[in-house]
Amino acid sequence: MSPIVKRKGEKFTLPGKYLLFILTILCTGLIVLTFHTDILSAPASTIGGFFVTPLQEGISKAGSWMHTRSEELVQIRSLLKENEELKAQIDELTMENIRLQQDRYELTNLRELYELDAQYDEYDKVGARIIAKDTGNWFHSFVIDKGYDDGLAIDMNVMAGSGLVGRITDVGPNWAKVMSIIADNSNTSGMVLSTSDNLIVSGDLELYAEGVISFEKLVDSADRVVEGDKIVTSNVSDKYLPGILIGYISSINVDSNNLTKSGLITPAVDFEHLEEVLVVTQLKQTVGDS
Amino acid sequence: MRRFLLSAALVIFSFIMQSTVFKELEFGGIVPNLMIVLTASFGFMRGEKTGLIIGFFCGLLVDIFFGGVLGLYAMIYMYIGYLNGKFNGIFYPEDIKLPLGLILGSDLLYGMLCYITMFLLRGRFHFSYYFLNIILPEMVYTILVTLFLYPAILWINRKLEDKEQRSARKFV
Repeated sequence: MSPIVKRKGEKFTLPGKYLLFILTILCTGLIVLTFHTDILSAPASTIGGFFVTPLQEGISKAGSWMHTRSEELVQIRSLLKENEELKAQIDELTMENIRLQQDRYELTNLRELYELDAQYDEYDKVGARIIAKDTGNWFHSFVIDKGYDDGLAIDMNVMAGSGLVGRITDVGPNWAKVMSIIADNSNTSGMVLSTSDNLIVSGDLELYAEGVISFEKLVDSADRVVEGDKIVTSNVSDKYLPGILIGYISSINVDSNNLTKSGLITPAVDFEHLEEVLVVTQLKQTVGDS
Repeated sequence: MRRFLLSAALVIFSFIMQSTVFKELEFGGIVPNLMIVLTASFGFMRGEKTGLIIGFFCGLLVDIFFGGVLGLYAMIYMYIGYLNGKFNGIFYPEDIKLPLGLILGSDLLYGMLCYITMFLLRGRFHFSYYFLNIILPEMVYTILVTLFLYPAILWINRKLEDKEQRSARKFV
Protein backbone atom coordinates (compact mmCIF):
# COMPACT_ATOMS: atom_id res chain seq x y z
CA MET A 1 0.00 0.00 0.00
CA SER A 2 1.04 3.58 -0.45
CA PRO A 3 3.09 4.78 2.50
CA ILE A 4 1.24 8.08 2.58
CA VAL A 5 -2.26 6.67 3.04
CA LYS A 6 -2.99 6.16 6.69
CA ARG A 7 -4.55 2.90 7.69
CA LYS A 8 -6.70 2.78 10.77
CA GLY A 9 -4.73 1.95 13.89
CA GLU A 10 -1.42 2.10 12.12
CA LYS A 11 1.01 4.69 13.40
CA PHE A 12 1.70 7.28 10.73
CA THR A 13 5.32 7.45 9.64
CA LEU A 14 6.84 9.37 6.79
CA PRO A 15 9.43 7.32 4.88
CA GLY A 16 12.95 8.71 4.68
CA LYS A 17 12.93 9.46 0.97
CA TYR A 18 9.82 11.62 1.20
CA LEU A 19 11.30 13.55 4.10
CA LEU A 20 14.51 13.96 2.10
CA PHE A 21 12.51 15.26 -0.81
CA ILE A 22 10.58 17.74 1.30
CA LEU A 23 13.68 19.02 3.09
CA THR A 24 15.57 19.32 -0.20
CA ILE A 25 12.85 21.57 -1.54
CA LEU A 26 12.90 23.52 1.72
CA CYS A 27 16.67 23.98 1.50
CA THR A 28 16.56 25.00 -2.14
CA GLY A 29 13.86 27.49 -1.29
CA LEU A 30 15.93 28.88 1.56
CA ILE A 31 19.02 29.19 -0.63
CA VAL A 32 17.10 31.06 -3.31
CA LEU A 33 15.37 33.22 -0.72
CA THR A 34 18.51 34.17 1.19
CA PHE A 35 20.81 34.58 -1.78
CA HIS A 36 19.82 38.18 -2.35
CA THR A 37 17.58 39.07 0.56
CA ASP A 38 18.01 38.76 4.29
CA ILE A 39 14.43 38.26 5.38
CA LEU A 40 15.20 35.16 7.38
CA SER A 41 18.41 36.28 9.00
CA ALA A 42 16.65 38.04 11.88
CA PRO A 43 14.66 35.07 13.23
CA ALA A 44 17.45 32.60 12.50
CA SER A 45 20.05 34.70 14.23
CA THR A 46 17.81 35.25 17.24
CA ILE A 47 17.35 31.51 17.67
CA GLY A 48 21.06 30.93 17.23
CA GLY A 49 21.92 33.63 19.71
CA PHE A 50 19.52 32.21 22.25
CA PHE A 51 20.75 28.61 22.16
CA VAL A 52 24.34 28.66 21.15
CA THR A 53 26.15 31.92 21.85
CA PRO A 54 26.11 31.76 25.68
CA LEU A 55 27.65 28.27 25.56
CA GLN A 56 30.23 29.25 22.97
CA GLU A 57 31.38 32.12 25.09
CA GLY A 58 32.33 29.92 28.02
CA ILE A 59 33.84 27.07 26.07
CA SER A 60 35.77 29.41 23.85
CA LYS A 61 37.53 30.71 26.92
CA ALA A 62 38.44 27.17 27.92
CA GLY A 63 39.68 26.48 24.41
CA SER A 64 41.91 29.50 24.25
CA TRP A 65 43.27 28.65 27.69
CA MET A 66 44.34 25.22 26.43
CA HIS A 67 45.75 26.79 23.32
CA THR A 68 47.84 29.23 25.32
CA ARG A 69 49.17 26.47 27.57
CA SER A 70 50.23 24.30 24.66
CA GLU A 71 51.86 27.25 22.93
CA GLU A 72 53.74 28.15 26.11
CA LEU A 73 55.40 24.75 26.25
CA VAL A 74 56.49 24.96 22.65
CA GLN A 75 57.77 28.46 22.98
CA ILE A 76 59.90 28.32 26.13
CA ARG A 77 62.95 26.95 24.34
CA SER A 78 62.84 29.37 21.48
CA LEU A 79 62.12 32.20 23.88
CA LEU A 80 65.44 31.80 25.68
CA LYS A 81 67.34 32.14 22.44
CA GLU A 82 65.14 34.93 21.31
CA ASN A 83 65.74 36.80 24.55
CA GLU A 84 69.45 37.20 23.86
CA GLU A 85 68.86 38.36 20.34
CA LEU A 86 66.29 40.81 21.52
CA LYS A 87 68.57 42.34 24.10
CA ALA A 88 71.05 43.15 21.36
CA GLN A 89 68.24 44.58 19.35
CA ILE A 90 67.10 46.85 22.16
CA ASP A 91 70.30 48.89 22.00
CA GLU A 92 69.95 49.21 18.29
CA LEU A 93 66.33 50.22 18.55
CA THR A 94 66.89 52.75 21.30
CA MET A 95 69.12 54.67 18.96
CA GLU A 96 66.60 54.42 16.19
CA ASN A 97 63.81 55.41 18.52
CA ILE A 98 65.45 58.67 19.39
CA ARG A 99 65.84 59.46 15.75
CA LEU A 100 62.22 58.52 15.02
CA GLN A 101 60.92 60.61 17.88
CA GLN A 102 62.51 63.60 16.30
CA ASP A 103 60.90 62.71 13.02
CA ARG A 104 57.57 62.28 14.71
CA TYR A 105 57.79 65.66 16.34
CA GLU A 106 58.26 67.12 12.93
CA LEU A 107 55.39 65.10 11.54
CA THR A 108 52.99 66.21 14.23
CA ASN A 109 53.85 69.78 13.51
CA LEU A 110 53.29 69.28 9.83
CA ARG A 111 49.97 67.52 10.43
CA GLU A 112 48.75 70.39 12.53
CA LEU A 113 49.84 72.68 9.82
CA TYR A 114 47.83 70.91 7.18
CA GLU A 115 44.99 70.02 9.56
CA LEU A 116 45.48 66.42 8.55
CA ASP A 117 44.45 64.90 11.81
CA ALA A 118 44.75 61.12 11.82
CA GLN A 119 41.41 59.92 10.57
CA TYR A 120 41.21 56.77 12.64
CA ASP A 121 40.95 58.64 15.90
CA GLU A 122 37.67 60.14 14.82
CA TYR A 123 35.93 56.81 14.46
CA ASP A 124 34.03 55.55 17.50
CA LYS A 125 35.06 52.01 18.28
CA VAL A 126 33.66 49.22 20.44
CA GLY A 127 35.79 46.33 21.65
CA ALA A 128 34.48 42.78 21.20
CA ARG A 129 35.80 39.31 21.88
CA ILE A 130 35.87 36.48 19.35
CA ILE A 131 33.85 33.56 20.68
CA ALA A 132 33.68 31.15 17.74
CA LYS A 133 35.38 30.55 14.43
CA ASP A 134 34.17 29.04 11.19
CA THR A 135 33.66 25.28 11.64
CA GLY A 136 34.96 24.38 8.20
CA ASN A 137 38.33 24.80 6.58
CA TRP A 138 37.16 26.73 3.55
CA PHE A 139 36.39 30.25 4.77
CA HIS A 140 37.56 32.47 7.59
CA SER A 141 34.64 34.08 9.29
CA PHE A 142 34.12 34.29 13.02
CA VAL A 143 31.55 35.28 15.63
CA ILE A 144 32.01 38.07 18.18
CA ASP A 145 30.18 38.50 21.47
CA LYS A 146 28.30 41.73 20.71
CA GLY A 147 25.22 42.27 18.59
CA TYR A 148 22.52 44.80 17.83
CA ASP A 149 21.81 45.16 21.54
CA ASP A 150 25.22 46.80 21.74
CA GLY A 151 24.55 49.03 18.76
CA LEU A 152 26.23 46.96 16.07
CA ALA A 153 24.79 46.68 12.56
CA ILE A 154 25.51 44.89 9.32
CA ASP A 155 28.41 46.32 7.27
CA MET A 156 30.17 47.93 10.20
CA ASN A 157 33.94 47.71 9.82
CA VAL A 158 36.00 45.56 12.14
CA MET A 159 39.60 46.35 13.03
CA ALA A 160 42.29 44.86 15.23
CA GLY A 161 45.09 47.06 16.41
CA SER A 162 45.66 49.40 13.51
CA GLY A 163 44.61 47.16 10.63
CA LEU A 164 41.41 46.12 8.93
CA VAL A 165 39.98 42.71 9.82
CA GLY A 166 36.74 42.67 7.88
CA ARG A 167 33.14 43.68 8.20
CA ILE A 168 29.99 42.45 9.92
CA THR A 169 27.82 40.39 7.60
CA ASP A 170 25.18 39.16 10.00
CA VAL A 171 24.02 40.39 13.37
CA GLY A 172 22.00 38.85 16.20
CA PRO A 173 20.95 40.26 19.58
CA ASN A 174 24.19 39.31 21.33
CA TRP A 175 26.45 38.16 18.52
CA ALA A 176 27.64 39.23 15.11
CA LYS A 177 29.30 37.38 12.26
CA VAL A 178 32.42 38.95 10.82
CA MET A 179 33.70 38.11 7.36
CA SER A 180 37.46 38.67 7.29
CA ILE A 181 39.26 40.23 4.34
CA ILE A 182 41.40 37.10 3.97
CA ALA A 183 38.38 34.87 3.29
CA ASP A 184 38.27 33.48 -0.21
CA ASN A 185 34.94 35.13 -0.99
CA SER A 186 35.97 38.59 0.16
CA ASN A 187 36.84 41.50 -2.10
CA THR A 188 37.82 44.88 -0.74
CA SER A 189 38.34 48.10 -2.61
CA GLY A 190 41.67 49.55 -1.54
CA MET A 191 44.12 52.19 -2.59
CA VAL A 192 47.84 52.78 -2.41
CA LEU A 193 48.41 55.39 0.26
CA SER A 194 51.31 57.13 -1.44
CA THR A 195 49.84 57.46 -4.94
CA SER A 196 46.07 57.09 -4.34
CA ASP A 197 45.81 54.43 -7.06
CA ASN A 198 42.82 52.17 -6.59
CA LEU A 199 43.03 48.41 -6.54
CA ILE A 200 40.98 45.38 -5.53
CA VAL A 201 42.16 43.31 -2.57
CA SER A 202 40.83 39.77 -2.52
CA GLY A 203 41.34 36.93 -0.08
CA ASP A 204 42.56 33.65 -1.51
CA LEU A 205 42.52 30.26 0.16
CA GLU A 206 45.53 29.14 -1.88
CA LEU A 207 47.63 31.95 -0.45
CA TYR A 208 46.33 31.60 3.08
CA ALA A 209 49.11 29.28 4.23
CA GLU A 210 51.70 31.84 3.19
CA GLY A 211 49.95 34.54 5.22
CA VAL A 212 49.35 36.88 2.30
CA ILE A 213 46.37 38.08 0.27
CA SER A 214 46.30 39.09 -3.35
CA PHE A 215 45.49 42.34 -5.07
CA GLU A 216 44.66 43.07 -8.67
CA LYS A 217 43.46 45.73 -11.11
CA LEU A 218 46.06 48.26 -10.05
CA VAL A 219 46.52 50.85 -12.77
CA ASP A 220 49.99 52.29 -12.35
CA SER A 221 51.38 53.27 -15.70
CA ALA A 222 53.96 55.59 -14.14
CA ASP A 223 55.48 52.70 -12.11
CA ARG A 224 55.32 54.68 -8.93
CA VAL A 225 53.97 51.90 -6.71
CA VAL A 226 56.73 49.81 -5.16
CA GLU A 227 56.99 46.90 -2.75
CA GLY A 228 56.42 47.96 0.84
CA ASP A 229 53.83 50.59 -0.02
CA LYS A 230 50.92 50.91 2.37
CA ILE A 231 47.49 49.81 1.17
CA VAL A 232 44.49 51.42 2.85
CA THR A 233 40.75 51.16 2.21
CA SER A 234 39.70 53.43 -0.61
CA ASN A 235 37.35 56.38 -0.70
CA VAL A 236 35.14 54.70 -3.28
CA SER A 237 34.41 51.54 -1.29
CA ASP A 238 30.73 51.32 -0.40
CA LYS A 239 31.25 49.23 2.74
CA TYR A 240 34.57 50.30 4.18
CA LEU A 241 35.41 53.64 5.71
CA PRO A 242 38.34 55.33 3.96
CA GLY A 243 41.91 55.22 5.18
CA ILE A 244 41.96 52.05 7.27
CA LEU A 245 45.23 50.17 6.88
CA ILE A 246 44.92 46.83 5.06
CA GLY A 247 48.58 45.87 4.71
CA TYR A 248 51.78 46.31 2.78
CA ILE A 249 52.62 45.27 -0.77
CA SER A 250 55.01 42.32 -0.65
CA SER A 251 55.29 41.60 -4.34
CA ILE A 252 54.04 43.21 -7.50
CA ASN A 253 53.97 42.15 -11.14
CA VAL A 254 52.51 43.36 -14.41
CA ASP A 255 49.49 41.49 -15.73
CA SER A 256 49.55 39.88 -19.14
CA ASN A 257 47.37 42.67 -20.51
CA ASN A 258 50.21 45.16 -19.81
CA LEU A 259 47.70 47.64 -18.40
CA THR A 260 47.12 46.56 -14.86
CA LYS A 261 49.26 45.12 -12.11
CA SER A 262 48.60 42.48 -9.53
CA GLY A 263 50.51 41.00 -6.65
CA LEU A 264 50.51 40.10 -2.99
CA ILE A 265 49.83 42.02 0.19
CA THR A 266 50.97 41.15 3.70
CA PRO A 267 48.02 42.02 5.97
CA ALA A 268 48.63 44.39 8.85
CA VAL A 269 46.66 42.14 11.20
CA ASP A 270 47.84 38.77 12.50
CA PHE A 271 44.76 36.71 11.67
CA GLU A 272 46.14 33.55 13.28
CA HIS A 273 46.08 34.98 16.76
CA LEU A 274 43.07 37.25 16.78
CA GLU A 275 41.24 37.33 20.09
CA GLU A 276 39.80 40.78 20.49
CA VAL A 277 38.67 43.12 17.76
CA LEU A 278 37.40 46.69 17.51
CA VAL A 279 34.15 47.42 15.74
CA VAL A 280 33.82 50.87 14.20
CA THR A 281 30.29 51.95 15.04
CA GLN A 282 30.00 54.24 12.10
CA LEU A 283 28.72 53.22 8.71
CA LYS A 284 30.08 54.37 5.42
CA GLN A 285 27.82 56.93 3.80
CA THR A 286 26.40 55.59 0.57
CA VAL A 287 24.63 57.23 -2.32
CA GLY A 288 21.18 56.43 -0.95
CA ASP A 289 21.83 58.10 2.39
CA SER A 290 21.33 61.77 2.81
CA MET B 1 11.61 12.04 23.84
CA ARG B 2 14.83 11.11 25.61
CA ARG B 3 16.39 10.28 22.25
CA PHE B 4 15.24 13.60 20.82
CA LEU B 5 16.72 15.63 23.65
CA LEU B 6 19.98 13.72 23.59
CA SER B 7 20.33 14.06 19.82
CA ALA B 8 19.72 17.80 20.03
CA ALA B 9 22.29 18.07 22.80
CA LEU B 10 24.83 16.11 20.75
CA VAL B 11 24.32 18.30 17.70
CA ILE B 12 24.76 21.52 19.67
CA PHE B 13 27.67 20.05 21.62
CA SER B 14 29.62 19.05 18.54
CA PHE B 15 28.91 22.38 16.84
CA ILE B 16 30.16 24.33 19.82
CA MET B 17 33.20 22.13 20.32
CA GLN B 18 34.12 22.49 16.70
CA SER B 19 33.73 26.24 16.53
CA THR B 20 35.66 26.85 19.77
CA VAL B 21 37.95 24.23 21.26
CA PHE B 22 38.88 22.36 18.10
CA LYS B 23 39.45 25.59 16.25
CA GLU B 24 42.16 26.37 18.77
CA LEU B 25 43.71 22.90 18.49
CA GLU B 26 44.16 23.06 14.75
CA PHE B 27 47.15 21.55 12.94
CA GLY B 28 48.36 23.68 10.08
CA GLY B 29 45.10 25.58 9.89
CA ILE B 30 42.98 22.45 9.49
CA VAL B 31 40.23 21.40 11.89
CA PRO B 32 38.50 18.01 12.00
CA ASN B 33 34.84 17.80 11.12
CA LEU B 34 32.97 16.58 14.19
CA MET B 35 29.57 17.15 12.68
CA ILE B 36 30.30 14.84 9.76
CA VAL B 37 31.26 12.14 12.27
CA LEU B 38 28.02 12.69 14.16
CA THR B 39 25.81 12.83 11.07
CA ALA B 40 27.39 9.78 9.45
CA SER B 41 27.31 7.73 12.68
CA PHE B 42 23.65 8.44 13.29
CA GLY B 43 23.00 7.66 9.64
CA PHE B 44 24.40 4.14 9.65
CA MET B 45 23.44 3.38 13.24
CA ARG B 46 19.82 4.52 13.11
CA GLY B 47 18.86 4.62 9.45
CA GLU B 48 18.19 7.11 6.69
CA LYS B 49 15.62 9.23 8.46
CA THR B 50 17.60 9.90 11.62
CA GLY B 51 20.69 10.52 9.53
CA LEU B 52 19.06 13.09 7.35
CA ILE B 53 17.37 14.91 10.24
CA ILE B 54 20.59 15.10 12.28
CA GLY B 55 22.45 16.21 9.17
CA PHE B 56 19.87 18.86 8.41
CA PHE B 57 20.12 20.44 11.84
CA CYS B 58 23.94 20.24 11.95
CA GLY B 59 24.06 22.00 8.60
CA LEU B 60 21.46 24.56 9.61
CA LEU B 61 23.54 25.58 12.63
CA VAL B 62 26.58 26.06 10.39
CA ASP B 63 24.43 28.03 7.95
CA ILE B 64 23.10 30.38 10.60
CA PHE B 65 26.49 31.20 12.02
CA PHE B 66 28.94 30.85 9.16
CA GLY B 67 27.12 30.25 5.90
CA GLY B 68 26.73 32.76 3.13
CA VAL B 69 23.21 31.59 2.38
CA LEU B 70 20.75 29.68 4.53
CA GLY B 71 20.25 26.05 3.53
CA LEU B 72 23.36 25.10 1.56
CA TYR B 73 25.29 23.37 4.34
CA ALA B 74 21.99 21.97 5.61
CA MET B 75 21.46 20.29 2.24
CA ILE B 76 25.03 18.93 2.05
CA TYR B 77 24.93 17.47 5.56
CA MET B 78 21.41 16.14 5.03
CA TYR B 79 22.36 14.17 1.92
CA ILE B 80 25.42 12.77 3.68
CA GLY B 81 23.26 11.59 6.57
CA TYR B 82 20.75 10.06 4.17
CA LEU B 83 23.38 8.21 2.13
CA ASN B 84 24.95 6.82 5.29
CA GLY B 85 21.53 5.56 6.30
CA LYS B 86 21.58 3.29 3.24
CA PHE B 87 24.29 1.28 4.98
CA ASN B 88 22.20 0.68 8.08
CA GLY B 89 21.39 -2.85 6.91
CA ILE B 90 25.01 -4.03 6.91
CA PHE B 91 26.07 -2.21 10.08
CA TYR B 92 27.16 -4.25 13.08
CA PRO B 93 28.33 -2.49 16.25
CA GLU B 94 31.29 -4.87 16.68
CA ASP B 95 32.78 -4.00 13.31
CA ILE B 96 34.83 -0.79 13.19
CA LYS B 97 35.94 -1.00 9.55
CA LEU B 98 32.63 -0.03 7.98
CA PRO B 99 32.08 3.05 10.21
CA LEU B 100 35.63 4.28 9.61
CA GLY B 101 35.28 3.77 5.87
CA LEU B 102 31.90 5.48 5.78
CA ILE B 103 33.05 8.47 7.82
CA LEU B 104 36.12 8.83 5.61
CA GLY B 105 33.92 8.65 2.52
CA SER B 106 31.46 11.13 4.00
CA ASP B 107 34.19 13.65 4.72
CA LEU B 108 35.54 13.24 1.20
CA LEU B 109 32.05 13.79 -0.20
CA TYR B 110 31.61 16.81 2.06
CA GLY B 111 34.89 18.29 0.87
CA MET B 112 34.00 17.68 -2.76
CA LEU B 113 30.55 19.21 -2.41
CA CYS B 114 31.97 22.24 -0.60
CA TYR B 115 34.57 22.69 -3.33
CA ILE B 116 32.04 22.34 -6.13
CA THR B 117 29.33 24.56 -4.67
CA MET B 118 31.48 27.27 -3.14
CA PHE B 119 34.73 27.34 -5.11
CA LEU B 120 34.30 25.76 -8.54
CA LEU B 121 31.21 27.85 -9.18
CA ARG B 122 33.23 30.99 -8.46
CA GLY B 123 35.85 30.01 -11.01
CA ARG B 124 38.52 28.50 -8.73
CA PHE B 125 39.68 25.62 -10.91
CA HIS B 126 42.85 24.65 -9.08
CA PHE B 127 41.32 21.45 -7.73
CA SER B 128 44.55 19.59 -6.93
CA TYR B 129 45.62 22.35 -4.56
CA TYR B 130 42.35 22.32 -2.66
CA PHE B 131 42.29 18.55 -2.56
CA LEU B 132 45.82 18.18 -1.20
CA ASN B 133 45.73 21.12 1.19
CA ILE B 134 42.18 21.21 2.50
CA ILE B 135 40.18 18.07 1.77
CA LEU B 136 42.85 15.42 2.40
CA PRO B 137 44.25 16.86 5.67
CA GLU B 138 40.73 17.32 6.96
CA MET B 139 39.95 13.66 6.19
CA VAL B 140 43.05 12.45 8.01
CA TYR B 141 42.37 14.63 11.03
CA THR B 142 38.70 13.70 11.09
CA ILE B 143 39.47 9.99 11.06
CA LEU B 144 41.89 10.48 13.95
CA VAL B 145 39.19 12.19 15.98
CA THR B 146 36.70 9.51 14.95
CA LEU B 147 38.80 6.87 16.70
CA PHE B 148 38.00 8.60 19.99
CA LEU B 149 34.60 10.06 19.27
CA TYR B 150 32.95 7.10 17.56
CA PRO B 151 33.11 4.71 20.56
CA ALA B 152 31.43 7.43 22.64
CA ILE B 153 28.60 7.84 20.13
CA LEU B 154 28.25 4.06 19.89
CA TRP B 155 28.07 3.78 23.66
CA ILE B 156 25.40 6.48 23.91
CA ASN B 157 23.38 4.81 21.20
CA ARG B 158 23.60 1.39 22.86
CA LYS B 159 22.50 2.80 26.23
CA LEU B 160 19.53 4.44 24.56
CA GLU B 161 18.55 1.28 22.75
CA ASP B 162 18.77 -0.71 25.98
CA LYS B 163 16.54 1.78 27.76
CA GLU B 164 14.01 1.80 24.93
CA GLN B 165 13.84 -1.98 24.79
CA ARG B 166 13.39 -2.23 28.54
CA SER B 167 10.55 0.25 28.60
CA ALA B 168 8.94 -1.49 25.61
CA ARG B 169 9.07 -4.81 27.44
CA LYS B 170 7.60 -3.23 30.53
CA PHE B 171 4.74 -1.91 28.45
CA VAL B 172 3.93 -5.37 27.08
